[in-house]
Amino acid sequence: MDHVITSNNLTKKFGNFTAVDRISFSVLKGEIFGFLGANGAGKTTVMKMFCGLLSPTGGEGSVAGLDIFTQREKIKKRIGYMSQRFSLYEDLTVSENITFYAGIYGLKKNDIKEKREALTERLHLGDFQNNLISSLPLGWKQKLAFSVALIHSPDIVFLDEPTGGVDPVTRRQFWDLIYEAARQGVTIFVTTHYMDEAEYCDRISMMVDGRIEALGKPSELKTQFGVKTMNEVFLKLARK
Amino acid sequence: MSQAVIIDHVSKNYGKIKALRNINLEIQQQEIFGLIGPDGAGKTSLFRILTTLLLPDEGRASILGQDVIRDYKKIRKIIGYMPGRFSLYQDLSVEENLSLFAAIFGTTIEENYDLVKEIYSQIEPFKKRKAGNLSGGMKQKLALSCALIHKPEILFLDEPTTGVDPVSRKEFWGMLRRLKDYGITILVSTPYMDEANLCDRIGLIQNGELLSVNTPEQLKSEYPNRLFAIHSEKKYQILQSLKGYENTHSIFSFGDEIHYVDKRKNAIPEVLENDFNGLDLPEFKLKEIQPTVEDCFLELMQQK
Repeated sequence: MDHVITSNNLTKKFGNFTAVDRISFSVLKGEIFGFLGANGAGKTTVMKMFCGLLSPTGGEGSVAGLDIFTQREKIKKRIGYMSQRFSLYEDLTVSENITFYAGIYGLKKNDIKEKREALTERLHLGDFQNNLISSLPLGWKQKLAFSVALIHSPDIVFLDEPTGGVDPVTRRQFWDLIYEAARQGVTIFVTTHYMDEAEYCDRISMMVDGRIEALGKPSELKTQFGVKTMNEVFLKLARK
Repeated sequence: MSQAVIIDHVSKNYGKIKALRNINLEIQQQEIFGLIGPDGAGKTSLFRILTTLLLPDEGRASILGQDVIRDYKKIRKIIGYMPGRFSLYQDLSVEENLSLFAAIFGTTIEENYDLVKEIYSQIEPFKKRKAGNLSGGMKQKLALSCALIHKPEILFLDEPTTGVDPVSRKEFWGMLRRLKDYGITILVSTPYMDEANLCDRIGLIQNGELLSVNTPEQLKSEYPNRLFAIHSEKKYQILQSLKGYENTHSIFSFGDEIHYVDKRKNAIPEVLENDFNGLDLPEFKLKEIQPTVEDCFLELMQQK
């Protein structure tokens, strides 16, 4: 099986503070991997290292077969990233945002046009191509941001709390998009505070104070901790 | 018991956007009232009208008998407001922020320490740290302390738990229950449906409209359908197949199960199992269940 993300004793220290403490795990191609933990447990730091934005201080790691110590610039071209806080430019239109991101990733002019048309049609945004992002409902923005994160056909897409604040129907539509991308072979690495969404992942890991305290399929973790829901797994682990 | 908040036919528009449509609502003293709804539903607009920061286009509202327009100065002294976005002074320390809020209301930290003690003592070890350098959970505790330091009669909390992990959320709700015992009325908004069960009463809000106002128990007991949970190893395949099935009223993923409602109101599990077997679905288990608040919300959205 292809391992798209690997880490072996991966560590990150800030001064005397160990934010990430010797974590080891791997993620398979096309897998939906849920990366859970309390605020401040070190999730964002790990994600930044995998995205080539932060240099680790110890251990080993790779993303899309590239070394996270020495090949950080190459990694950036092979991954997509979306967060709730920042993704699209509010004062550009739908069409401009797509063109801009496609351009940054070096897509050719004809490909950009094709991608833009396919994407706006699939998201039913055809009539809104020339609307500013700031005028769109949050749910539409999130679906568009996800599709834009995939525009350069990355091997992996990192989603940092992608569904915060949207209504229950839109949240489920967003997960339909995630499943579709995973079926096409894209690896999904996602953080969330919605524990029902943790159940939608193939496997999840639970991070506590810089370490990975549990890892497995949602059903395995529930059995391991003798509980019925992922929420209870979370409460048991994070309260240690 | 008397009313802490009265909202009477309140509407608010921003240009063509109808942010609030004819809202009517009364909140009792010492009640924890939850406003549940997604981003853009109108929760923040309503909070800003009640905290005298925004004028309604139509209708009236009052806080403990004081009108939100005429008596705004009196209202500002008796309410505490924790806005959705972090609103503290980032370049002041934890202690300086709290002192500042106390001073603005003509009091001191010492005078009302009892009220904030439980929450503030958790961040007190970091009192010299700048607010901008706190973690999300600590910022939230400081913001709540600042909203409480003048001992308000009513507390307005706009999405205090958004982006906060399940453990911190649980602790936060524990604190709210204890504030209620001090006689404080709490109006709190959240996009997390599971938090609805922790409120005395809830209002479900969507597109500027109140879809329902009820106790969580009553809301669930008024759910109009028979609801079924489907378990399967191949959940996604079943979900896709049943989305196109002629008798499907609604079908949604819920954690490790699927929640299904049939168009035929009186369908029983045996009949459904039989019908589904004719659809060539993967292996599954089906049982009738009680609805959650999220099921109720989804049903109300569908009716709109």
